Amino acid sequence: MDMLRRTMLKGVGAGGALAAAAAAGLLKPTAVLAADDWNHAAFEAKDVAGALKGLGAGNVAESKDIVLKAPDIAENGAVVPVEVASNIPNTVAIAVMSLKNPLPLSSEFEFANGALPEVQLRVRLAETTQVRAVVKTADGKFYSTQREVKVTVGGCGG
Amino acid sequence: MADPMKIRASLKGDVVEIKVLMSHPMENGQRKDASGAVIPPHFIQNISVEVGGKPVVTGQTGTSISRNPVFGFKVKGAKAGDKVVVKWKDSKGENRSDETTVS
Repeated sequence: MDMLRRTMLKGVGAGGALAAAAAAGLLKPTAVLAADDWNHAAFEAKDVAGALKGLGAGNVAESKDIVLKAPDIAENGAVVPVEVASNIPNTVAIAVMSLKNPLPLSSEFEFANGALPEVQLRVRLAETTQVRAVVKTADGKFYSTQREVKVTVGGCGG
Repeated sequence: MADPMKIRASLKGDVVEIKVLMSHPMENGQRKDASGAVIPPHFIQNISVEVGGKPVVTGQTGTSISRNPVFGFKVKGAKAGDKVVVKWKDSKGENRSDETTVS
């Protein structure tokens, strides 16, 4: 029953997006959100290795050309501001992970048509952890950098 | 239908800074309510940003994103008056699309 409902909702959602796109007359079909284009393998991975594998990242090289800004100490783990900017040429995507969260991968962004390879977001941190930014380049290589954020009050349970 | 997003798109030189505030509970499936029952997960999974009709950012998000998510992006080559469209879709298939213009 529940599955059926989900299927129905997805169908309605995708249909709505298509109709909106068609009405706007601006979108290419690839820009429309498909019914399920969520990377289950990466986002449901319970450790960093699994999340990287889900993203298709084999060898990940440390890089100083990724600027990762996050507070040294976060009083509230539920809302931790993080900024990532990549100075690596031909950056096409940035992913952000919280290493000790139950599900480490928080987000993944792909850039096109003049979007600069940088993103600001707010993440949850379960406990004091390394936050890692992973950058993908156009030739399929992966780079990362990380920094520790000390968390006073965790942001996942409660 | 969820509350509208707040979108700001301000031009600085030839780069538009886009800030988006989405109104969403982002339940991660680990919290419990007062009676101890687990609150089922309900979170945004896909977001997309278009400027002037072209897709610029496509994102996927998981449960480690804070409640009422805020995202910031920068896009080069936009001009004042360009339409900025932001969309999200969540794990229950609910979705929203809001827009503003570059100013």
